[in-house]
Parts: sequence; C-alpha cells; structure tokens
Amino acid sequence: MFKWLHPYAKPETVYHLCGRLMPWLMGAALLLLLLGNIWGLAFTPPDYQQGDSYRIIHLHVPAAIMSMGTYSAMAIAAFIALVWQVKVAQWSVLAIAPIGAVYTAIALITGMAWGKPMWGTWWVWDARLTSELILLFLYLGVIALSGAFSDRQTGAKVASLLAVVGVINLPIIHFSVEWWNTLHQGASITKFAKPSIDPSMLWPLLISILAFKILMLALLCVRLRTAILVNEQHRPWVKAMAGD
Amino acid sequence: MQPRRQKRLFAILLVIGLLTGAVAAMLYALQQNIDLFYTPSQLVDGLGKDKIKPQVGQRLRIGGMVVAGSVKRDPESLKVSFDLVDTGPLVTVIYEGILPDLFREGQGIVAQGVLQDATTIKASEVLAKHDEEYMPPEVAEALKGIKHVPPSQQQPASGSY
Repeated sequence: MFKWLHPYAKPETVYHLCGRLMPWLMGAALLLLLLGNIWGLAFTPPDYQQGDSYRIIHLHVPAAIMSMGTYSAMAIAAFIALVWQVKVAQWSVLAIAPIGAVYTAIALITGMAWGKPMWGTWWVWDARLTSELILLFLYLGVIALSGAFSDRQTGAKVASLLAVVGVINLPIIHFSVEWWNTLHQGASITKFAKPSIDPSMLWPLLISILAFKILMLALLCVRLRTAILVNEQHRPWVKAMAGD
Repeated sequence: MQPRRQKRLFAILLVIGLLTGAVAAMLYALQQNIDLFYTPSQLVDGLGKDKIKPQVGQRLRIGGMVVAGSVKRDPESLKVSFDLVDTGPLVTVIYEGILPDLFREGQGIVAQGVLQDATTIKASEVLAKHDEEYMPPEVAEALKGIKHVPPSQQQPASGSY
C-alpha cells in the first residue's frame, strides 16, 4: 500500500526533493506573509469593541494554530522514526522542533501583548495559557533531550518518544476554552461552524495562517537538508557532490 | 509487518494509551481547580456534586456579566461597585482602582479578591473578558445596535451612571 513512499526514506532523494521545493515554498511563504500581514494590520476595519488593538490577531492566531500544527507534524515524524526507524524521519523531528518552538513563543508573546491592553494583564494562569506554555516546554524538552546524550542516536530516540507522548497536550490546548472557565475567549474559526469573525477580517487571517504553514515547510526543507548533509557526510553521494 | 516493528508499534501505542488515561484521570480529579473563576451561580449554590461553597475571607476569582445599571461610582475617589450575573443570582463586587478599557455594562469580567459575605467580593484586580466575535463598527451597529463612538468624540463620564 505504501510502496510509493519507499523512495522517500532514502536521504539522497529527500535532499534533492527539498532542494527543488524550497525556493517555491520560500517565495510563496514570503509573498503570502506580506500580503496577509499588510492587509490585516493596515487595511482591515477596526473592531467594534477593541478598536485597533485586535489587529495583533493576524500574528497571534496563525502562530498559535501552527504551533499546534507543527507539533502534530513533529509527532508523526517521531512515530515513524520510532516504529519503522526511518533515518530521515528521525532527523525531521530535530529539524522541526526549533521551528515549532519559535511559533509557540510568537503565539505566547503576541498573546501577552494583546492581553495587557484588552484584559488588563500580561498573564493569567488559565487553562489555555498554561497548556500553551506547556507546549513550549515540550518543544524545548525535545530539543534539550536530543542533545543530552553523548550518543546522538539514543538522544534522538528519547526525544522522539517525548514528542510522541506530548501529543496528549494538543487536544487539551484546543478544548481548554470549552472544558474549563478561562479568561481566554473561545475559537473564532472552527471547521464546522460559521466563523464568528467578519469576512473583511477573516480573509487576511486565513492568508496569514496559510503563510505560516508554508513558511514552516520551507524552513523544514532548509533545516532537513543541513541535517542530511551532516549525518551523511561520509557517504559517497555527498562526497561526490562536494567534489572530493 | 515485521514482528520487531509490530512489537515497537504496540509498545508505543500502549505507552500513549496509558499516559492519556493518566492525564485524563488527573484532569478529571482536578476539574474544579483548573477553572479560573467561580460563576455567580457557583458561588451562591456551591460547586460540583458536593455543593462546596467558598468560605467568607477566602481569596477567589469571580467571573460574570456586569449587570446593566448596577455600576455605581464614588465621585470623590476611584471606588466602584457593580453586580455580576451569569444565569441566576447576583454577586456584588467592590473595587478601588482603574478599570480596564473594555469594562462596560453587559461585558464579561473576571475579578480577583476576597469574599466578604455570601454575595460580596472586595476585588483587588478586575480583568475584562472579551468574546470571540470580531466585526467592524458598522456591522456591530447593524447586527447588535451597538453605536460605536470614537474616543475623540466621547463625552467625559461624570459622576455615577
């Protein structure tokens, strides 16, 4: 069933695939990021209650959604790395973790900057904010664990196990605003209901979300290529490319 | 699937399953402690199956809607008092300090303070809660009848309202 996937377990194939995709992904990400953010930050109408302060949503929501999306991608890679022991999947886990950590940090920092003028506080220990902070610690834990063993293989395995186990946090983040009383409001965009955000504000937001997603893939390509070269540096195909 | 891979697959699924169970049990046990605030009906009727009511003098957070017409300001100082409601009973909050910009009648707020008697809280901090609806002022006026006044044209608030 998955025979067509087998060539992609070979580092050399992935290296060249990433090289071909990267410029397109990077170009699309930068274009959409500029479009979505300039439209959202400068050309949408102000909110009826929050005025111009709500505009930070165009950074906060894409970063928050993709902090969770990036985590699921990392967990799937970690699962494949643990069960099928595919080397490329193993390297992807470590390539993807810092990207997700930065997205989570952006979500937390923009959220704090939004919370101060609107709620009246930078931080409150409600379920949504706390579970998102735990997500940041999970990312940092994966990065730290992978470097904590003198044997790089062991470190990568333990980090992958943490990445897989941490998936439990994702539904907690998502449903925290429904399961418990929180200061954080509910979701504005859900799959099944009509979005509770006006269409004039929704479109730039959706573009920004897509931009963050493509940017994640582009950065993953860059980091994965480097990881493949480092790990395969003694292989003939790398040496041939380097010209010795 | 190779038996070795199958073994690893089941081992990992077992670990995930057990941990999910453990976390679910923890969250279930801590249910009431994870809530950020009491609602007015929880404060008056008690919380959970055992109907546990907070004691006078206890520090707690209360969250609800500011009742229209209940905001009383002291013209001489920053003292203010207002009523909160969710579905039934009213709870009075007294506070001295600057209220957040989003504070207004009908708005959801969360106040932290000390319970003075069964339905009065002396708050040390008042936070505004906003909902997940975002729309331009014209749309809000058409849909909800909320007239938006730009800050430059607002009348200065005088005395109590």
